[in-house]
Amino acid sequence: MNIIGRRKIWYALSLLIIIPGIISLLLRGLNLGIDFTGGSLLQFQFENTVTVEQVRNVLDQSHLGSSTIQLSDGNNVLIRTKTMDESERNKLVNDIKGQVGNLTVQRDEIVGPVIGKELAQKALLALAIASVLIIGYITVRFEFKFAIAAILALMHDVFVVIGIFSIFQIEVDSSFVAAVLTVVGYSINDTIVIFDRIRENLNRKKRTEDLESLVNRSVLETMTRSINTVLQVVFVLVALLFWGGETTKVFTLAMLVGVVSGAYSSIFNASPLWFDFKQLEKAQRSKNRAKTA
Amino acid sequence: MNARKTLQLVALILVVAIAAALSFTPIQQNMKLGLDLQGGLHVVLQGVDTPDHKVTRDDIKQVQAIMEQRVNGLGVAEPIIQVEGDNRLIIELPGISDPDKAIELIGKTAVLTFRTADGKVVVEGTDLKEAKEGMDSRNNQPIVSLTLTSEGAKKFADVTRANVGKQIGIYLDNDMLQNPKVNEAITTGQAQITGYASLDEAHRMALLLNSGALPVKMEMVEKRTVGPTLGADSLSKSQVAAMVGVGLIFAFMFLYYRAPGIVAIVSLILYSVIVLGAMAMLHATLTLPGIAGFLLSIGVAVDANVIIYERLKEELRAGKTLRTAIEEGFKRAFTTILDSNVTTFIAVAVLYYLGTGPIRGFAVTLGIGIVASMFTAVTFTRWLLRAMVGSGLIKNNKLYGA
Repeated sequence: MNIIGRRKIWYALSLLIIIPGIISLLLRGLNLGIDFTGGSLLQFQFENTVTVEQVRNVLDQSHLGSSTIQLSDGNNVLIRTKTMDESERNKLVNDIKGQVGNLTVQRDEIVGPVIGKELAQKALLALAIASVLIIGYITVRFEFKFAIAAILALMHDVFVVIGIFSIFQIEVDSSFVAAVLTVVGYSINDTIVIFDRIRENLNRKKRTEDLESLVNRSVLETMTRSINTVLQVVFVLVALLFWGGETTKVFTLAMLVGVVSGAYSSIFNASPLWFDFKQLEKAQRSKNRAKTA
Repeated sequence: MNARKTLQLVALILVVAIAAALSFTPIQQNMKLGLDLQGGLHVVLQGVDTPDHKVTRDDIKQVQAIMEQRVNGLGVAEPIIQVEGDNRLIIELPGISDPDKAIELIGKTAVLTFRTADGKVVVEGTDLKEAKEGMDSRNNQPIVSLTLTSEGAKKFADVTRANVGKQIGIYLDNDMLQNPKVNEAITTGQAQITGYASLDEAHRMALLLNSGALPVKMEMVEKRTVGPTLGADSLSKSQVAAMVGVGLIFAFMFLYYRAPGIVAIVSLILYSVIVLGAMAMLHATLTLPGIAGFLLSIGVAVDANVIIYERLKEELRAGKTLRTAIEEGFKRAFTTILDSNVTTFIAVAVLYYLGTGPIRGFAVTLGIGIVASMFTAVTFTRWLLRAMVGSGLIKNNKLYGA
């Protein structure tokens, strides 16, 4: 199998997902939950089954018409509104109790706008710091070109996850930030294992083998490992997605997209990119030589 | 068959089995469950700057002491009240049955003043050291006793001397709590307020008075409550998900790698005991993201095994004997495992450093997991594999994946 030779196809495939994602991100952005925007969230467990309309009526009376209401299992209602203070919130709960039916409050969250803004800033800061540290480590242990290829592969995964969440407008909360950063950790892990093999094969390079086939061989030699490892993580994530609780869904979904993208970018983007950088360097060098000659 | 190696193999497996069995109960008892798993209340309060006073860390520490006192009355087993940064206070009350009542108590963040009939502020909340309810021993009536600071005592003496027979209103912001009459000049810094219907009412009043002693106005910037049934539901669902996920991994490892797969499974059990044990010893809190982190870290731990076994297969294919293949495989796999885990660890460390609450819990679990997985992969897995090969129980190279 010639992976390096067909690298243009793999790049194109990646762009096919990333470009629509970036366009969507620019046009519509992410569907940010109250963790980012600030707001209130209430989850009720009603004693009897209720309808969305019943709850909507009460919200309209309280001028909370723009709120979202989510009904599950017939009696479990999730309401997201703008930030309410304690008295507004108490009034709403009492009104709903009175007009819709008896209930217990399962979740009750208020996030001030300050907190949300901080979260977004922290997320970007975390991504930047992690990237710089990882570039540093790879440069020390390998070389700078490996670091750049690895970071590009990692950005690929970040954009795939964020892009897909933007395209489908899936609501993101603070756990999304954790998921993206963990994806970064995993993606880099996958990439390093392949780079490690390239480094090892370079040290034992035969004269007859050119760089392209050496890189290709390294990717193939680590292929089983790449696939088997991502499978184990996918097992866990799928289990969490189907059997785990509602609260970890966003996290799990983001991880799942990211881990699969991470496996892809490690195999099909990172090493080909490094190979391209090497080719560029070679071309540059011969050009310089031609100049001096 | 080598009897000594067989014995070693059996002993190693037995040690893991015993460790797992013995640690089960202590881990379960020492593991604290997060708010999202047992239900509870999480509140973040932020001090509000005024034009002439910027909130300081000392202010928040004072608020912290007051909140501790208030929360004590609620009977929560393990409340967490900590200062964050220079102007925030985080309050966590796990397992609380009535979060609304707690919010009411915590939320009383207004400023306390004592005012004369004409509305002049004569004594402030900061002049009050403590308010405490009790029973008057003479007539068996509920009372609230006030202890004033030395400066407050001076002010109070002046004011009461000038207002004997008149009333002094006690206000939280602009709401009058009570309007007691001054019977005599109070110069000792010890005052008593009477006129309560019950000891309970006096208790509530004392709490409010204490709350009014806040040095700065606090604003609630974040609140999260999780009902106990939702928490229990999350916990049981995660347990099922964990069993399914781990079951799939075990099945895959056994079906794909055969003999080394069994070694991997035993190593993973040991790994789980180490990670959960470390968390219990550190009194780390298990949160929902933490469980996800633990499960994902099992994925990382398996990866170390996968890397080693793939190496092992390559070495066998290259015609090496089983024993040298194992040694070579481990040697070559180690740098790979090290480099790949350090980079993951960097991401996790950043997450821990910048994250809060549950996200931190996730980072801690994943971080402990990465370290523990490297340890078990390069030590225990190796011993076990050596013992298995040495025992001669399984000689066929095919069973090692070749």
